[in-house]
Amino acid sequence: MTTEICAQQMDYRELNAKVRAAVAGGERELVLSQVNGQRYLGVGLTQPVKLSIHGVAGNDLAAFMDGPTLEIWGNAQDGVGNTMNSGRVVIHGSAGDVLGYGMRGGRILVRGDVGYRVGIHMKSFKRQVPTIVVGGSAGDFLGEYMAGGVLVVLNLWKEEKEPVGRWTGTGMHGGAIYLRGGSVSPDRLGREVLAAPAGEEDQPVLFPLLDDFATTFGLEAEELRRQPFQRLTPTSHRPYGNLYAY
Amino acid sequence: MWKKDERIPSGCAISGFINRCGRKESGEAILRSIAAMHERSNGLGGGFAVYGCYPEYAACYAFHLMFESEAARDRVEEFLRRSFVVQGAEPIPTRSVASITDQPLLWRYFLEVRPESLTVGNTFLTEEDFVVAAVMEINAHFDGAYVASSGKNMGVFKGVGYPEEIGRFYRLEEYQGYLWTAHGRFPTNTPGWWGGAHPFALLDWSVVHNGEISSYGINKRYLEGHGYLCRLGTDTEVIAYLFDLFQRRHGLPLSATCLALAAPFWSEIDRLPPEEATIARAVRMVYGSGLLNGPFSIIVANRSGMIGLNDRIKLRPMVVAERGETVYMASEEAAIREICPSVDRLWYARGGEPVVAAMMPLGAEAEAEVA
Amino acid sequence: MTSLVLPEFLHRVDHQRCRRCKRCVMSCGFGALQFLERVVADHAKCVGCHRCATFCPEGAITIERNPTALRYNAHWSEEHRKAIWRQAESGGMLLSAMGNDKPYPSYFDHLLLDACQVTNPSIDPLREPMELRTYLGSKPERLEFGAGPDGKPRLTVELAPQVQLETPLVFSAMSFGSISLNAQKALAMAAEKCGITMNTGEGGLHKDLYPYSRHVVIQVASGRFGVSPEYLQQGAAVEIKIGQGAKPGIGGHLPGEKVPHEISETRMVPVGTDCLSPAPHHDIYSIEDLAQLIGALKEATRYEKPVGVKIAAVHNVAAIASGIVRAGADFIFLDGFRGGTGAAPTVIRDHVGLPIELAVAAVDDRLRREGIRNRASLVVAGGIRSSADVAKAVALGADVCAIGTAALVAMGCHLCQKCYTGNCSWGIATQRSELVRRLEPDVAAERLVNLVRAWSLELKEILGALGLNAIESLRGSRERLRAVGLDQTTLDILGVKPAGR
Repeated sequence: MTTEICAQQMDYRELNAKVRAAVAGGERELVLSQVNGQRYLGVGLTQPVKLSIHGVAGNDLAAFMDGPTLEIWGNAQDGVGNTMNSGRVVIHGSAGDVLGYGMRGGRILVRGDVGYRVGIHMKSFKRQVPTIVVGGSAGDFLGEYMAGGVLVVLNLWKEEKEPVGRWTGTGMHGGAIYLRGGSVSPDRLGREVLAAPAGEEDQPVLFPLLDDFATTFGLEAEELRRQPFQRLTPTSHRPYGNLYAY
Repeated sequence: MWKKDERIPSGCAISGFINRCGRKESGEAILRSIAAMHERSNGLGGGFAVYGCYPEYAACYAFHLMFESEAARDRVEEFLRRSFVVQGAEPIPTRSVASITDQPLLWRYFLEVRPESLTVGNTFLTEEDFVVAAVMEINAHFDGAYVASSGKNMGVFKGVGYPEEIGRFYRLEEYQGYLWTAHGRFPTNTPGWWGGAHPFALLDWSVVHNGEISSYGINKRYLEGHGYLCRLGTDTEVIAYLFDLFQRRHGLPLSATCLALAAPFWSEIDRLPPEEATIARAVRMVYGSGLLNGPFSIIVANRSGMIGLNDRIKLRPMVVAERGETVYMASEEAAIREICPSVDRLWYARGGEPVVAAMMPLGAEAEAEVA
Repeated sequence: MTSLVLPEFLHRVDHQRCRRCKRCVMSCGFGALQFLERVVADHAKCVGCHRCATFCPEGAITIERNPTALRYNAHWSEEHRKAIWRQAESGGMLLSAMGNDKPYPSYFDHLLLDACQVTNPSIDPLREPMELRTYLGSKPERLEFGAGPDGKPRLTVELAPQVQLETPLVFSAMSFGSISLNAQKALAMAAEKCGITMNTGEGGLHKDLYPYSRHVVIQVASGRFGVSPEYLQQGAAVEIKIGQGAKPGIGGHLPGEKVPHEISETRMVPVGTDCLSPAPHHDIYSIEDLAQLIGALKEATRYEKPVGVKIAAVHNVAAIASGIVRAGADFIFLDGFRGGTGAAPTVIRDHVGLPIELAVAAVDDRLRREGIRNRASLVVAGGIRSSADVAKAVALGADVCAIGTAALVAMGCHLCQKCYTGNCSWGIATQRSELVRRLEPDVAAERLVNLVRAWSLELKEILGALGLNAIESLRGSRERLRAVGLDQTTLDILGVKPAGR
């Protein structure tokens, strides 16, 4: 049994209230159709519910989200997964800027591209390890201040493009970024980042993410596993130790 | 009316579209588009620019004016009659909308420049210089009067309210245009100053702007050194004037204007091929005071096209889409999908890289590239 | 004649802690200490430079201000009485060094910078790009483009030569003669490392500095010392020195006893000859003569480098600056009344000139009003103490700030103000080889590089807080300054609003 809510011309507060009411009534699977820019979808839900969203998901999708699974059949706007704690977001289209800001846990899979400032200050603590996999490419400042978790950029759709923009991993002091491809231009990387080819030791982290991405979007997992990857890691956990006079 | 020398920071939503073959449509679509981003404004400012709306007066400068009082109108009309040939004068038609109150007197004038006005002593002005000077004169020195727009065959309709209310108030469904831009404003106090709403316009340049210009102080001083008076209480007016200065008066190519407003970083300039680097370096050196620093996304329009531009580290959003000969730009994808659910192509503008949607020469193929 | 002036400082040694190593005796350039079974001080000779105390391995030395009191008199201060005694004893003009040390107000200390909250974001200067690069030189008011063969826009005007600076700081002019060659070397090495410039002053350019010449501004002053065709070919830019903030309208005098071999070679005068710098340039008695000299230097340097003019900030500085720009200068070096010197008559140093804050505001305003601000860069100096002063000067209209005193302090100078004696214990303002040796160029250069780095980092923090990521967006942006405790006229001159408005 799934409940379908048509969101056409509906204010976001009304829409989110309807979703919460359905969930309170015991519904665990919902379909939202004709969505166009409504904000805060998936916010304020703690139950392991599943939302299928058709259309353009508005800003702050899955913000502070804790548990639900959201699948977006279209693009998402800015601010996806803002400070998200747990749960899963699958976006079949592209997403805008500032995705996964301060993300603390859970997983975001984007089939298409993502915008500027993705994965800023993601952090992991104990068993909480946030992960983001992007099928296309990312804009500038990917993984800025990254403190933990794993970011993967596959750049599958436009090979001629660089996988990432400028200042990637600037201020990075934890976690890891994996970029598909044999090399990455040094002028794309922040000063605090070390690039090296990914090796066997990365497989336990990388392969499950690739497998999940392939299964979710109907790609060949084996094919993805065979690709070369560059791993970006911070040169230091305290990149700014010598800035100050005491 | 608001004291003209105080500045009010504000946040916003912007949207615009252009039919590159000049096919016109009513204001109904742009209204729906900007209304889709209702949350981004707070009811304290909304406005629209439309191009192609006054074909019967295409040769005249269409002045949209706001007056605080009949006395202000008398003074300005006296000034206009002295300076121009007034081909038409009428109140701008409005309808009553419950939430819109305290509107100023809204009038429009269709003006021609007398050729003899262009010779002042030994100085020869262009028509545009003359019009700019008249606009500056009214905005700076006529209390209780403000020129909202002054271009040919275009107009700006704006005020205090949500943009969709402002659009209904001005009966925009009755206008036809090939290029429409819109703005919903989120100012940080309540001045109730109609002139503070966007778009800002000068001649046929109009600007809608989301963000805040952190470099306003030096942009303003720089423009004042070139005879522009920044008295409208918002940072956005400097963008319109910078376009006028760079494009019209200095005759810069559009690419150089965009280099000045959202300059590449020195580290990037150093990596460019020598000839491009020379240009970029020269533009930054000469026009550094015109660099727009701080978060912005803007849609700038004039009769021949529409430009979307983000600040160089893209602190504000901008989505672009194309469907046939129409190009759309907006703060959110939803604002585009609202009026064009299925697009041929949709992409995200990059920081500092202008998206130019120019009018196509008559007969050109509709597939011509959007730069 | 017995001097009536009591010593300014008392030099105390804790003889229980003293190991009798005599290091302090050796370190005093002023001969204030002797070893007679234990360290004995001639207090009258102590200048309070702290060299001995800094290097005492036991920390056994204390230097204190002489507490012996004269009767208080608000009008006849101790300083006035001592000055009169000194002049009565010598019949001479009082001489000083470094900048005006009188308690005139500092306008920098009455200005506060802005920052962003909410409506526009501050920018993180550590992670995000933050640009301090500045070009020194003349820019046209506008650019002109034509179409290239490929249809792309192509510049049709060539820009005047520029000096690229990686941060809006340069080292002020300090000649070989006023300071040691080691000090100049340190400045040159640091300038190269920081991507900025040092300035020869009027003493020529020693051959050892030729490798750094891309980071050296060469000065042409009234004495024309060392100004040879070869000299003119060195250097990133040429600066015509009309005056300096510490002694506007006053010439200079390096006595013959301070002209040993190396200085003689560099200044191109015989050993032991007095080096006299006339008060004016005798080929500049009017503004059109300055235009002629600028033209001659541009011609001599084949229009390959900017030619600027250094003036002291004096009362009519805005009009003077306008004239200098119209005379063809590519930059103006404006030196405020706190600017330093190796030697100046005290009466001039302490009573002539203008605060640099007001001068830069007035000049920037005037040049903008006349539509010629782009034509010349403004280098601003004279008491710049910190990155905050730099940021405020830039907001008032400076392109670049120059630091002399701050650079000397970074190298070890303690502002004892005795440069003119040539006894500098720190090896900076001296030519005595045993003193010069103390200043290791590498070490001093590292201290300078650190200072420039630290200030640059701080400038980036300030820009980030202001929501800006390029220094040109702060330049002349007085909107980002507010003043506390200034009168309306001063506010008008500064072009700054009072705090709270």
